[in-house]
Amino acid sequence: MTRILTPTDEYEVKAHDGLWMAAADAERVTGWTLKPEGMCRDELCVPMPASAVKGSEIDVAAFWTKLGGPVIASEARDVWALGAPAEERNTALEGLQAPDFTLPDIDGTPRSLSQLRGRKVFVATWASW
Amino acid sequence: MPVWQTLYDELKDKGFMVVAVAEESRGADHARPWIEQAKSSYWQLVDTEHRLEDLYNLVNVPQAIWIDEQGRIVRPPETAGSTDHFRRMDLKTRTMTPEDQAERLAARQAYLDAVRAWVNTGKHALPADAARAALPKVTLEIAEARARFRLGVWLRTNGRTAEGDRQLAAASRLHPESWSMWRQAADLDEVGKASGPDFWKRVQALGDRAYYPPPKL
Repeated sequence: MTRILTPTDEYEVKAHDGLWMAAADAERVTGWTLKPEGMCRDELCVPMPASAVKGSEIDVAAFWTKLGGPVIASEARDVWALGAPAEERNTALEGLQAPDFTLPDIDGTPRSLSQLRGRKVFVATWASW
Repeated sequence: MPVWQTLYDELKDKGFMVVAVAEESRGADHARPWIEQAKSSYWQLVDTEHRLEDLYNLVNVPQAIWIDEQGRIVRPPETAGSTDHFRRMDLKTRTMTPEDQAERLAARQAYLDAVRAWVNTGKHALPADAARAALPKVTLEIAEARARFRLGVWLRTNGRTAEGDRQLAAASRLHPESWSMWRQAADLDEVGKASGPDFWKRVQALGDRAYYPPPKL
């Protein structure tokens, strides 16, 4: 099994030769669906080069690179990180809608920024280091 | 953190919330004693993968983002009350001059007062254009650094420390402005190391540039 780390999740999928995997797994990991016109999410489709699709399998590393996202593998190529494309981050921030996040409190209870809609929120980081 | 509790107690009935996020790649247990001691009634969240830094393009702690009732960013990431006075402290005694201490406290107070004014009157909320212009840009290098950081933290957490260290070091090289990345790369076994001689050397190398850029209020 190959482990894939996305900015907010972690998946185990059956992959070979890098990140070749079934389209259904690719969808689970990336949120994009393989269609005749390419990889699609909502209204948007990104055409896929013929070399990155074989039957019902796709090369997620090639797809992610095409989206402009970084693809980093561990030395044993068993763990991969798919990073957010820079443009996706910039577009989100420039829209000024605060990106939502869900993080646990110290007891493990998940809390989301979106639960606080209707209030002014002061988000501040700190660290023990 | 006690100052955030004071701020929250004072303003919570005016539709205000404080969300404190601990950036702790070493694990939640490093933040736990601080959080338990603080006994805060605002949210204290733990971010072991530094997701907030990725989402909001943060580079250091403490940084703050102000978000209004509609969920819009009205002040992009900025230093949350800390100042560069520490750079002038006596390293042997770890003390600052009384003047520097006073200035440092005054700057922190001014920042907290700005938050108060925002909650009470809306002051200091930036118009959209100004907020947009103040956003730090995510470059291709930063995006790659975040992915390497993510992988590096995973490898460290899962016992593959040496390889994790290499990924974190690579991340820090790709994103040299991130003190957070540098400190996670430098530090893990010893907390002290992150503010040891290498840290001070790197701080000195900033020259005229700020370690904690002051917010433009």
